[in-house]
Amino acid sequence: MGGHAKQQIDTASLWGGKVSPFSASYGKLMMWFFLVSDALTFGGLLVAYGFTRHNAQDAWPIGEETFNSMPFLGHGYPLLYVALMTFILIVSSVTMVLAVEAGHRMDKKGVIKWMIATIIGGFFFLGSQAWEWSHFIHGSEFGKVELVDGSQAIVKGHFGELKGFTVIEAGKHHKKGEVIKEDLLHTFQHAAEKGHINGNIITLHDGSKATIQKEADHDVTLLIKRDGKTNTIGEQITGKAAQEMYDGAIRGGVANKVIYGANLEKNEYGPQQYGQFFFFITGFHGFHVFSGVVINIIILLGVLKGTYHKRGHYEMVEKTGLYWHFVDLVWVFVFTFFYLV
Amino acid sequence: MERDDIIEYSLDSHHDEAHGKLVRKTIWKVTAILTAITILEVALGAFIKQSSTLWPVVKWSFIILTLVKAAYIILTFMHLGDERKSLKWVILAPYIVFIIYLIFISLTEAIAVNDALITYGA
Repeated sequence: MGGHAKQQIDTASLWGGKVSPFSASYGKLMMWFFLVSDALTFGGLLVAYGFTRHNAQDAWPIGEETFNSMPFLGHGYPLLYVALMTFILIVSSVTMVLAVEAGHRMDKKGVIKWMIATIIGGFFFLGSQAWEWSHFIHGSEFGKVELVDGSQAIVKGHFGELKGFTVIEAGKHHKKGEVIKEDLLHTFQHAAEKGHINGNIITLHDGSKATIQKEADHDVTLLIKRDGKTNTIGEQITGKAAQEMYDGAIRGGVANKVIYGANLEKNEYGPQQYGQFFFFITGFHGFHVFSGVVINIIILLGVLKGTYHKRGHYEMVEKTGLYWHFVDLVWVFVFTFFYLV
Repeated sequence: MERDDIIEYSLDSHHDEAHGKLVRKTIWKVTAILTAITILEVALGAFIKQSSTLWPVVKWSFIILTLVKAAYIILTFMHLGDERKSLKWVILAPYIVFIIYLIFISLTEAIAVNDALITYGA
């Protein structure tokens, strides 16, 4: 680090040609300029997100309500997973800067070691993001419901386990008396969306009817996210009333009263644009991480071949490092403005 | 003929083992700071909810802590702190000016649009 940049050059020769007034090489300067423009792109995206959010005000979902799951542990861990992803990216940034430092000492082995660590960190981050996307797309067990008065609510609580469906009226595939044990949640949610659940009777794909064996839900809380005739945004409904309203929405036999998960048209977390911004901003960032990993692998191959050692310096590692840190930097902002605030 | 118009600036950024030790010490220090800030942010978010009266304070601390994190990443990890002052400002100044302007103009507009929605209906 430092080096030439810290040396004193008299002003006449500094701006008089032949030397870079910034004491930095062409490649590094161009990487910086690219990063500034890319940072403006991300800045624009996050500002657009802020614009939409301020438009929607209280209807906008809160990060910790949406992202509270952990792999293997289930629900109830607000933002822990995203914090873990942030940590993974910070650590991979650290291993990258260690690779750059090793490069300054012409320590080829050190560069290789730390670059491999960085690439592994990058893959870990991408994997985490894939898990998070999958979770976001599939949604919660409860979904978002539209209540009788036209208001919409997201639902928190403990979803009682589905035990089985006992067929009481035969259809094309299922015979009377058969007990279905497979793919229960998916079938249940699909039927609820279509309005195929009426009280305790579910109508299956093949037209057969079955009774639902399910444990009771616990601590159901409705958080109102869209005004209705009686409920207003920000209101919370708990206890028996909440359970009754929820059951009324999904077991009323009326279609389109519940939304599970998210796609580009609708999502269970909040306004439409919320899902779109989620997919675009984290997707665009994830794409940068992916490109970063690919570039890191290419540079690593160069290091292994000894190209940079022969050249006498490891500036290529420094340049790819700049890009990699930038990816980390963007995530720090996404973490704050998408998840925390 | 040997060219004298190409300067390999990168050759000047080499350092020896002793200096490397110092650099690594700084790197680990910054790592600790960044990790601590992330843990602090999650803890603040876990204990103080958005409905709380303290929320505006928490929100602004999030924003300030994020800027602190960003500053450490840019100045230490990306070595911008070690570059010449002119380069530092060529990178930072346009960005800061544009982004502050963009934030100001969009949030003002968003609040106005929201007011209009409330007054005249969606």
